[in-house]
Amino acid sequence: MSKKIYERPIIRPLNTGMMNKFGTRTEYLPVTHLDGVSVKSLIKQYGSPLFVFSERQMRENIRNAKRTFETRYPKVQFAWSYKTNYLNAICNVFHQEGSWAEVVSRFEYDKALSNGVPGDKILFNGPDKTDDDLRLAIKNNSPIHIDHLDELYRLTEIATELNVKPRVAIRVNMDTGIYPMWDRFGFNYETGQAWDAINKILASGKLDLVGLHTHIGTYMLTPSAYGVAANKMADLALGIKKKFEATIQYIDMGGGFASQNTLKGSYLKGSDVVPAINEYAEVICTALLNAGFKNNELPTLYLETGRALIDNAGFLLGTVIANKRLSDGRKATILDFGVNILFTAFWYDHKISPAQEFGMHTEDTVLYGPLCMNIDVIRENISLPPLNAGDQVVVHHTGAYTITQSMQFISMRPAVVMIDETGKPHVIKKKETLKDLEMNEKMPEHLHQFKLT
Amino acid sequence: MKIRKNIAVSDTGFLFNPSTGDSYSVNPIGMDIVRLMKQNKELNEIKQAIMSEYVCDEATFEKDYYDFSMVLRNYKLLEDE
Repeated sequence: MSKKIYERPIIRPLNTGMMNKFGTRTEYLPVTHLDGVSVKSLIKQYGSPLFVFSERQMRENIRNAKRTFETRYPKVQFAWSYKTNYLNAICNVFHQEGSWAEVVSRFEYDKALSNGVPGDKILFNGPDKTDDDLRLAIKNNSPIHIDHLDELYRLTEIATELNVKPRVAIRVNMDTGIYPMWDRFGFNYETGQAWDAINKILASGKLDLVGLHTHIGTYMLTPSAYGVAANKMADLALGIKKKFEATIQYIDMGGGFASQNTLKGSYLKGSDVVPAINEYAEVICTALLNAGFKNNELPTLYLETGRALIDNAGFLLGTVIANKRLSDGRKATILDFGVNILFTAFWYDHKISPAQEFGMHTEDTVLYGPLCMNIDVIRENISLPPLNAGDQVVVHHTGAYTITQSMQFISMRPAVVMIDETGKPHVIKKKETLKDLEMNEKMPEHLHQFKLT
Repeated sequence: MKIRKNIAVSDTGFLFNPSTGDSYSVNPIGMDIVRLMKQNKELNEIKQAIMSEYVCDEATFEKDYYDFSMVLRNYKLLEDE
């Protein structure tokens, strides 16, 4: 007779009290395969922890988003938000699907160029653009999204010096009825700062005001706020037409659409509260179509959504290092990935699934990372089946900001693999090594040697 | 370590402490261990019994057994020693 599969013995008290309207555990299905490739084989081949991206899911996301907007509005252009995930292979999936590039720094700009994006299809955002950056963007005919008056004045000076008329947009911030209001970027709509900047640009004649840009927030759960924003942007564009006889070519509504991750402190799961992309599309497109633009002067709608297009295409695979019991009786499980590579654990309660079959019993557990730091907590409390050392887990929705915000700290950053549409895994970034880490270090001559006694 | 005599053990994975009114759910391995403890078996006997029935190495079981016993003690399900 073959032996049964071992599971750690667990006991949990049965509490009587208020009924939970959501019932008991429902989401704990083991995730043994990603896009047809077994989790165990991926870890065996590429090591643990390991980031895995699904090319199929990324393409499905962007195609769905494009279809959703293009069926509601005639002129739509997506630009891939580099800061969300700027691994070159990831960027190129979106570029192959027709997305331009949206960058917020010089190195992102250079990355977009080296990926083959033409300069005039790189939207240059952000508050930190040096004179050299601006000159390069002007040379490449990139739309420059002006963040503050200092940038506007510098850009005007450079344009005068070079005797060219750069294509620019201004970033506009506004009250859309949501809190907190993002007013640190761009020029404010309500106080007249935006009109002040527009007047300066159009009166000087040195810059070509081709667009208006806004980005009202991040992880926005209220689609109606985009309707308010689109109305205000359209009002500016129509006002510019009326006052200066100038036509705004595009309105850039930025990004901020939520992914299905669950924010910490949220009563309901992200999948239950996050609006579908068509809800954002409906309010934005309706506002622009009804704003009063003439048919031949309808501005192109630019969208820089990142998170909603990539988050569910990324997974982090990891392994249980050990279990322990805390002094207050709670169970704790130590995993081989920490907050240094899963920075989003600071604001999300990531969904985490075991990668192997298990029984029906679960246990409340704290999930810690491997860093020798008290802040390294992946989940403060999660109900999971008993995991043994060596068992594997899959963290969901890790596609956005995990790679770009990860840091080398105590342990090296892991490899990143992309599973293509045929189910074939490709390494798109190798695991870091000590050599990578020390590549730019220099040792002063007098510190080369030492003697310990 | 012995389970208190008054603790009721069901066949389907529940423990009941009549002196406090508390109920507990236990997974199948936990139930096997509790039943063996009820029979006053010692660690070595319990270990042999579990390892003959489940795919498990000695170190893993010992580690888990002590942790499980500690939780049973915290819930006051073990006899005082």
